[in-house]
Amino acid sequence: MTKLDAKIPQGPLAEKWTTYKQDLSPVNPANKRRLEIIVIGTGLAGASAAASFAELGFKVKAFTILDSPRRAHSIAAQGGINAAKNYPNDGDSIYRLFYDTIKGGDYRAREANVYRLAEVSNNIIDQCVAQGVPFAREYGGLLDNRSFGGALVSRTFYARGQTGQQLLLGAYSALSKEVGKGNVQMYNRRDMMELVIIDGRARGVIMRNLVTGELERYSAHAVVLATGGYGNVFFLSTNAMASNGSAIWKAYKKGAFFGNPAFTQIHPTCIPVKGDYQSKLTLMSESLRNDGRIWVPKHKEDAQKIRDGQLKPTEIPEDRRDYYLERRYPAFGNLVPRDVASRAAKERCDAGFGVGRTGLAVYLDFADAINRLGKQVIEARYGNLFQMYEKIVDENPYETPMMIYPAVHYTMGGLWVDYELQTTIPGLFAAGEANFSDHGANRLGASALMQGLADGYFILPYTIQSYLNDQIRVPFFKTDLPEFDQAENSTKATIDRLLSIKGKNTVDSYHRKLGLIMWDHVGMGRNKEGLEKAIRLIRELREDFWNNVRVPGKNEMVNPELEKALRVADFLELGELMAKDALQRKESCGGHFREEYQTEEGEALRDDENFSFVSAWEYKGADQEDVLHKEILEHEFLHVTQRSYK
Amino acid sequence: MDLTLKIWRQASANEKGQFINYPVTDISPDASFLEMLDILNEELVHKDEDPVAFDHDCREGICGACSLFINGRPHGPDKGITTCQMHMRHFKDGETIVIEPWRAKPFPVIKDLMVDRSAFDEIIQAGGFISVKTGGIPDANAIPIPKRVADIAMDAAACIGCGACVAACKNASAMLFVAAKVSQFARLPQGKVEARERVQNMVAKMDELGFGNCTNTYACEAECPKEISVSHIARMNSEFLISKLASQKK
Ligand SMILES: Cc1cc2nc3c(=O)[nH]c(=O)nc-3n(C[C@H](O)[C@H](O)[C@H](O)COP(=O)(O)OP(=O)(O)OC[C@H]3O[C@@H](n4cnc5c(N)ncnc54)[C@H](O)[C@@H]3O)c2cc1C
Ligand code: FES
Repeated sequence: MTKLDAKIPQGPLAEKWTTYKQDLSPVNPANKRRLEIIVIGTGLAGASAAASFAELGFKVKAFTILDSPRRAHSIAAQGGINAAKNYPNDGDSIYRLFYDTIKGGDYRAREANVYRLAEVSNNIIDQCVAQGVPFAREYGGLLDNRSFGGALVSRTFYARGQTGQQLLLGAYSALSKEVGKGNVQMYNRRDMMELVIIDGRARGVIMRNLVTGELERYSAHAVVLATGGYGNVFFLSTNAMASNGSAIWKAYKKGAFFGNPAFTQIHPTCIPVKGDYQSKLTLMSESLRNDGRIWVPKHKEDAQKIRDGQLKPTEIPEDRRDYYLERRYPAFGNLVPRDVASRAAKERCDAGFGVGRTGLAVYLDFADAINRLGKQVIEARYGNLFQMYEKIVDENPYETPMMIYPAVHYTMGGLWVDYELQTTIPGLFAAGEANFSDHGANRLGASALMQGLADGYFILPYTIQSYLNDQIRVPFFKTDLPEFDQAENSTKATIDRLLSIKGKNTVDSYHRKLGLIMWDHVGMGRNKEGLEKAIRLIRELREDFWNNVRVPGKNEMVNPELEKALRVADFLELGELMAKDALQRKESCGGHFREEYQTEEGEALRDDENFSFVSAWEYKGADQEDVLHKEILEHEFLHVTQRSYK
Repeated sequence: MDLTLKIWRQASANEKGQFINYPVTDISPDASFLEMLDILNEELVHKDEDPVAFDHDCREGICGACSLFINGRPHGPDKGITTCQMHMRHFKDGETIVIEPWRAKPFPVIKDLMVDRSAFDEIIQAGGFISVKTGGIPDANAIPIPKRVADIAMDAAACIGCGACVAACKNASAMLFVAAKVSQFARLPQGKVEARERVQNMVAKMDELGFGNCTNTYACEAECPKEISVSHIARMNSEFLISKLASQKK
């Protein structure tokens, strides 16, 4: 398994990154101009990477599916971004952030990567402040922090409930500066269709121009995929509508290994599903768990009355409420990690204590906090979230508790990358949510923004040079090479095939069905039987899709139905791999809960002896089974224990 | 709810557009406006007709992708929200709803309700940034910033770049958009360093791209889904004046 060398530098944990940087020989400035990098995606990871590459002197081509790089899914992140600054003096440190992240990920992440992430976290805050990101401040003028799930210290920096927006606009401004100078060529409304490989290295892409439908060719010395997560495989998720798994799936099918596809995060605090016309779910930031208390009625009769509309939550007295997180996890209470909170909510609802019309909801109550701190303070902290809630649900959360339920939110899995963030295809890198690194089996809140910006600002700008250093003699690529012809032709064939089916079912109808299969069998609770069933159902659905889907119009036009069809076609394959991965992992860890493997108290039961590895899947062709490789996780520096938040 | 949708259809930038009526039935008042359009589009696909194109992404009021001029107002009748956050309960059963794209010269129609807003990107590229490079930055707490100042900067920074201000303005002015960025940076110590060049460059670009003049009607503020205040325009005007005076003295 030589292919799976994670290239972790030797030496003590705290010195690995420094050593790596010292040993790196950077590309000479005169040569940088002769090297081109393609960056797909301009979310936090892509925009920060593209801007930083350009500042270093490389020629950059950046692409986004949307109409502007200022809009990427990252913009929707609400709660905040972690860093180990220890400004509140509550005992935080790089080591503690590292420790919390590894533990939060249930010991399924690579130590060296996570330590580096914690190490550069502080630089991110400095960088963003210098860019003019208006983080929340205290009256003394210094930066304010709050706490998030899975941590006992306050290390989360935030900009009201719009942290992702402000960080992305920061990265976008840095990118715009370089576009203005001509160092970055920016391409909007472009969808990546295929990766082009020449002599075993990633050398280019085929993009579909979403306005004209034209298939365009771009070449470079290296390609970075920063295309975000694939949570939309579930149809309903908190992800933006354009979020997709297609770019990384194309890379997978060209030979890049896929790491931990089964590791999905189900976020505990989302607005519950209301109808079958629903197109997406809305997150209520985890930061709300700082001040909100989660409960359901203690008695089933009360829950039933609430569901029937005969009782209001405010009419239920204290002693008839079950603050189940505080009861089960006294140390962390409402601030347990997401996987734990989500499962606990599902457990209560499945047991018949759920509220709301459907019984699939629990309360998040601010009455205590409002009494303690006053409405004004709560409004200052969460005003925009409360407004958002009221607009959607038509209830006032200052007066009646919010209703929440878990929803798909984030994918820890993604392209397998080594310490340099390089995939198993030389010259192909993956950053941000698109790679599998850092979060193990469960991501802690406020750590995705940190990882995306760490990858883009502080890691890739170094590690990509180690690859590009021996590329300086490689001239600019022409795009009339046969490899480009072939990639374009195969894309064209797929598009033609989709358009020619002219079946009777819409693309969304398939996506919805796939989502239900995934949610029922590859969601919060998984078991052998269900996973096997899911694989069977997905295969049937895929077959049906390719015979009966209706994609209207033609390629040479703005055609959102075609765009969706291309994505759903990939999701129908990716979903199967997720189920396969969940099936092979016969243990429970983090967000991956196999019902067969739990403790007596219903907590996840890991099997370190047999499953302390990253699963890295290799594609072998349409008619062959994917092959599982294992990157064994050596926990050199941390003592592995059963995760406890009690 | 049963409704009639009167929607602007235009095949591409170069073709002429027209209104077409579409009935939709049995819409839940809890559905969002865009979900209602999804339902219409599903029906159109079934009928082998061309679905209506519109921009959208986050569907929670933050990315700025959705637009739509609804019954003569950008982002529809409700104040302080985007189209994607609007729910059908704001409309009456049996109502006819008129849906148009943003209409402004610098935002040409791409198809139906979809317009090209890259002019906004060009304005930012001309100066909407602080010229720092990655790395080598002093500690974030090295410069304390009064909370009041940070809060005003954040108010300005809340702009989502949707273009409602331009669509609302009879002159298609981009003043509120540009002012929000100029004012955000001009208030922060980090941004002051380049304040003069920034305002000059951004305003020049805005004029070059064909956005109109501001005649202080304040329609922009009234229709801004993030309720960005026109006080930022006043701030920008003063920044602009100072910068002009300074360059004349040279
Ligand atoms: C509602 C919500 C709230 C969140 N809150 C937080 C939080 O408070 N703190 C936190 O740390 N994390 C949070 N997260 C997670 C975090 O926002 C994301 O994980 C992170 O922003 C991902 O960034 P990214 O750069 O990897 O990808 P994205 O932001 O998803 O960017 C992907 C980019 O790739 C482009 N792209 C995708 N596919 C293609 C293609 N085929 N061709 C061309 N371009 C393509 C897109 O246009 C986009 O530019 C939240 C997530 C959600 C859903
Ligand atoms: S779709 Fe993002 S603001 Fe409406």
